[in-house]
Order: sequence, then C-alpha cells, then structure tokens
Amino acid sequence: MTTHDDVVEERRNFLYIATGAAGAVAAGAAVWPLIDQMNPSKDVLALSSIEVDISVIAEGESAVFLWRKNPVFIRHRTAEEIARAIADDNAEDLIDPQTDAERIQKPEWLVMSGVCTHFGCIPLDQQGDFGGWFCPCHGSHYDISGRIRKGPAPSNLPVMDYVFLDDSTIKIG
Amino acid sequence: MASDKKYEPTNPTLKWVEDRLPIMGFVYNAVGAGYHVPRNLNYWWNFGVLAGFMMVVQIVTGIVLAMHYIPDITVAFDSVQHIRRDVNYGWLLQAVHANGASMFFVVVYIHILRGFYFGSYKSPREILWFLGIIIYLIMMATGFMGYVLPWGQMSFWGATVITNFFSAFDFIPFIGDGLVEWLWGGFAVDQPTLNRFYSLHYLLPFVLVGVVILHIWALHIPGSTNPLGIDVKGPQDKIPFHPYYTAKDAFGLGVFIIFFSVFIFYIPDFLGHPDNYIEADRLKTPAHIVPEWYYLPFYAILRAIPDKLLGIVAMFGSIMILFAMPWLDGARIRSMRFRPLSKFFFWIFVVNGLFLGYLGQISPDDILAFGWTALTYAQIATFYYFAYFLVVMPLVSRMETTKPVPTSIAAAVLDANKKG
Repeated sequence: MTTHDDVVEERRNFLYIATGAAGAVAAGAAVWPLIDQMNPSKDVLALSSIEVDISVIAEGESAVFLWRKNPVFIRHRTAEEIARAIADDNAEDLIDPQTDAERIQKPEWLVMSGVCTHFGCIPLDQQGDFGGWFCPCHGSHYDISGRIRKGPAPSNLPVMDYVFLDDSTIKIG
Repeated sequence: MASDKKYEPTNPTLKWVEDRLPIMGFVYNAVGAGYHVPRNLNYWWNFGVLAGFMMVVQIVTGIVLAMHYIPDITVAFDSVQHIRRDVNYGWLLQAVHANGASMFFVVVYIHILRGFYFGSYKSPREILWFLGIIIYLIMMATGFMGYVLPWGQMSFWGATVITNFFSAFDFIPFIGDGLVEWLWGGFAVDQPTLNRFYSLHYLLPFVLVGVVILHIWALHIPGSTNPLGIDVKGPQDKIPFHPYYTAKDAFGLGVFIIFFSVFIFYIPDFLGHPDNYIEADRLKTPAHIVPEWYYLPFYAILRAIPDKLLGIVAMFGSIMILFAMPWLDGARIRSMRFRPLSKFFFWIFVVNGLFLGYLGQISPDDILAFGWTALTYAQIATFYYFAYFLVVMPLVSRMETTKPVPTSIAAAVLDANKKG
C-alpha cells in the first residue's frame, strides 16, 4: 500500500533527478561556447575558394598556390609522367590504393593538397624514390600521382574539390 | 613528517598575527627549522629546489617579456627582435627566459633520474611521483607553446608537426576529424593558433605552481627519501631543514647559477636553432625539422615507429609508462646502492636516453656505425627504453640479490664518519 511518506519520497526523488539533469544540461550549455570558440571562425571559413590561372605553368612544371592558408600543388604533367602514373595503378606498394584516374579531371593537370598527410610538412617537388614528391620531415615518398608509396604517411595527398572554369582557369574549393 | 617543534613567536605582534593566520608557522614547518629531514641527503637532493627556482625565474621573466611581446603573426617575430635589441635589458631578459626553459628541463631531468636511482617513486610516495609526472607534462606543453611565440621557421613548423600529431586520432567518431582544426582555429597554424598558444603559455605556469604546491604537500607527508632509501627511525636520523639544507641548497644554487650564466652571457643562442632566426614561411618547410633538445628522445621514439598512429602511441606511452613504475618495480629496497644489477641497467637506460636524444636530432636516413641507419639504431634504443620498464625492471627488482642495508641512517652516517 502506498503511504503518504512514500509519495513524498517519490516526488522528492523525481525532483532530485530533474534538478540534477537540468543542472547538467545548463553546465554543458555554459561550457560549449568555451570549447566552440576555438573552432575556425566565420571569417576563416569564408576564405573558401580561389581562382587560379594555370596557363602560366609549362608542361613538366609545378606551381604552388595558397588555399585556406595551405599549399596546393598544381602540376602540368608530361605524357611520360601520365603514363608512369597509370602504369603504377596496380603497384603492390600503394599504401592507400587509388587509380590515377580517380585523382584527376584532366590527365595533364594534377591538382592536390601540398600538405603531407603525416604531420603537415610541405613535400618537395621532383624528389624521392618515385619521381614525385618527397617530404623532408619524416621521409614520405609520393609518386607522380601524389600517392603515398613509402614512408610513415598514412594516405595519399588529398585531392580537393575544384572545377575547370575554362581551359586556363580553375577554381579551387 | 610532522613537525617536531611548534612555532611559537615571542614578539607580541607576530603572535597576534599568528593566532589569526598561522602563516609563519606554515613556512617554519615547510622549509624552516620545524621541518626535519634525513641527515644524509646528498647533492642530488638539490635539484627539486633548483627546479622551483627555475619556475620562479621563468614566471618573473615571462611576465616582463609579456609587456613587450606582441602575439600577432605580422609582428611577433619583429617584437622578439625588438626585445633583444631595443628594450632596456631586453637582451638579458630574453636570454634568461629562452635559456631558462632549457635549464628548467636540465634540473628536472636530473631530479627525475634521482627519483629513478634512489627509488623515490616507491611506496609511500606514489602520489608524489604522479604529481611530478604531471608537472613534467605541463612543462612540456608550456615549453612547446613558448617556442612557437617567436614565430620563426622552427616555431611555425614545429607547431605544425606537433599539432598534426592529433590528426592520428581521426578515427575517433565525431571529434577526431575536426580535432586539429579546433586546435588551430583554422585550416593551418595561423593567427588564432599563435593567439591561443600565447594565452595558454601565460596560463599554464600558474597551473604548474598549483601542482608544485600539491607535490611539496605530498612530499611533506612521508618526508624526503634519502640516499640509503631506508625509513627514518627516530630523531637521531634527522636534522632541521633550516639552517642545514637551506645552506646546502644555497651553495648548490650558486654553482647552478654560474652554469646558467655561462649560457646567458657567453652562448645565449647555443641551444637555439638557426632556422628560428628566419621568420615563419608557410610555403617553405625547413629541410630538417628538429624540436628543442629536451624533446629529442621522444621525437626519436616517434620516428622509430614507421606507423603514424603507433608512433604517436609509443611517444605518449614512453611518458605514461612512468605512472606504472611504483608497481613495475617490485624491490623491497629503494636505493640502487644496494641493488647492483638494477644500477647497471639504470645507467644503460641513462646512456640509451642520451643516445635517443642524439638520434632525434639527426636524419633517420643517416648511416652510423656498422652501416646501419639512424632509424635502425632508434628502433633498437626504443626497444630498450620500453624493455627497461616492462621486462628489466619487473624481473630484476624481484630477483636480484641485494647488498646488506644499514640498520639506520644514523648508524650508517656515524660508521662512515669513523672510517673517514
């Protein structure tokens, strides 16, 4: 049988839990702004795209552009380099397997991030064991398609979103 | 150790204050004549006081440098040069602070190894030991962020590499992906990063002070260990901290300040890296990135493991493993004076640590003796580093035949005096 005291206790327990839950939500809501303020601010997020004139990059040359404060590699590949990239599509030492076709829109233009996927250094052009890029910090070797082939980096140099506005201009981001 | 004598001021004014706020008695019992300490402490016991001294030096010089430094990526580099060239005594304050970080680590490393050798981490001082590890971790974070502030090439690329450590955790749901951008406040190390590092570099030393107070509090419960590692058995084993150890610490401090001064006045840039006198350039990674010397052994461990995530785990693990030492070491005797085999492996550990430091500052592809690469040596040294804690320490501490231990501190000291 439910007594008057039981009812009071039950109501009190409910009040304890409700108060505690409300307090926890309030504390979380108060802490969240303190954490979220460290995330990229709106003006940083607004710097989302750049347009690049690629007509100045001769065949067999690379250029580096800054996009969102990070380097972007654009390489005008030679026919030999394209052939080499495709020939390596099924190489056994691909750490993060991808075909060259998955990484490009036009075979002669390789557009990708210039940030090593290991710890963020900038790999050096036309160096390393695979004739692509070599990161001096911890020795990661990338091939002519920007795929990681040897060293501690876990993944290929990422390809970001970009579109060809015309034959000589691309928009990154 | 409870005080043996109560602090009782005779001056009526002091007594009036003491009755209302017993602060003088607190100091008297903490570092004065009221704190009784084993009578046989040697100079290795100076380094705790030296570390405390360096903490104060860093805070004082840091506060005044903050009056001139500007945490803005367009002028941060110039503002440090302005301090070095134009600010009155800026050359001195900057040299003391920059070299002071190294000195702080020198004395703390010796202090930690003193703890290793004399078994200071063993019961009943486990929490004292934990607090020491936390102090060390806070020092590493503070030192790293301080090194970023001058905004040179090594500042920038060191910050890039070290913050990217956290990209190894991108497999964690929800927070993993955005973790590094959250640290940066952008898509690369940039103005928000410098600004927050400056804020935290100013804050953390005061957190450090708090943990140091806990460390000293925990020390005062059982009292200091001593070179023999045996417990204090009575008043004949102890002497008051003041004047005996205040005098001994003051002498040690004098010697240390001479050592410190050589760096400040003769070779202020010796411990720095030339690349850090080039302003940060986000399009040009230096050919060879090296951290400050005090991180080098851990950097070598990181590079020794060819996998990104496992490298990070090994590096953090190499410090976290210190927390397990009170249990990894099962010896009933604290001091390695009576544990010859443990002593042997300890000194190999020290040499191995120095070797890892050497390996951390050369390229992993460099060829060393026997035609092996630095990477191979780093892997061997990393193996010993972990084997020391996980194999050598648990086994040797439980199995070795120890030498006879003196019956008491007083007996050992008086014996030595007779022979001497």
